Amino acid sequence: MSTEEYLKDISEIKNLMNKSSRFISLSGLSGIFAGIYALIGAGFAYWLVNTYSSGKLYLTGDIFTLILLDLVLVFVLSVTTAIFLTTQKAKKNGEAYWDATTKKLITSFLIPLIAGGLYIFIILSQGKYGQTGALMLIFYGIALYNASKHTLSYVKYLAFTEIILGLISAIYPGLGFWFWVIGFGFMHILYGSLMYFEYERK
Amino acid sequence: MKNIILNINKAFDHRIRLGIMSVLMVNEYADFKTLKELLGVTDGNLASHTKALEKVEFISVEKQFIGRKPNTKYVATALGKAEFKKHINALEKLIKNK
Repeated sequence: MSTEEYLKDISEIKNLMNKSSRFISLSGLSGIFAGIYALIGAGFAYWLVNTYSSGKLYLTGDIFTLILLDLVLVFVLSVTTAIFLTTQKAKKNGEAYWDATTKKLITSFLIPLIAGGLYIFIILSQGKYGQTGALMLIFYGIALYNASKHTLSYVKYLAFTEIILGLISAIYPGLGFWFWVIGFGFMHILYGSLMYFEYERK
Repeated sequence: MKNIILNINKAFDHRIRLGIMSVLMVNEYADFKTLKELLGVTDGNLASHTKALEKVEFISVEKQFIGRKPNTKYVATALGKAEFKKHINALEKLIKNK
């Protein structure tokens, strides 16, 4: 065999290792959208609290229910957009979007996320809400880090950013809202754009 | 040079076998259908190459049923992983030497 054939073997091995263990069609555009939804959602919550609750959020009453609904809406919209754009990209790339790799990706993402979400609900119901923003950032970061083994490495960098922001936010509980805006809004837009420009815009 | 050639393993002397091992190096296991899709080969072709690797004990095979469907899982053995690493190192050295 010639050197070229050996080189071809090596590149084929690398390609197969990546293809069989990483889902590469994750859409960066969906990150950008998630960031925009988060900013709109946060803007709405900010307006609501400052207009109808004199800048303070209480754990009972309609304002709190509305904010919870607002959060759920941001989450559902982000996930729907991500699923839609990602399946489109996978189809275009000829990559399977429902196989062993994507199943691993989703379960490794959802398990820390659901555990964290339930934990946050439990402590909220006990009246401890000072750390909510920080906890959301930290658990989201851990979920992303866990999932990043099965997809593009930008997800790992976003994970570190969210965890660090979450920890800093825990030191300044009064600024939780603003850290949330940076972490879920601006960071999604930043990393989404990086992914988009590297992998999608051709 | 002679040593390098010795480390080029005959059992991996085929693209598909190399492909099967590559997938099993980075995954805990892979089933027949997954391997077939990843490598883009026919049933018969894949079966003959997995058998060859099984014979030299580089991979192990687990047969089970999921519901009523038979499902065959392939796992790389410790021996297979070690031999594959040696093979790759030898390939890389061959490329560098030339």
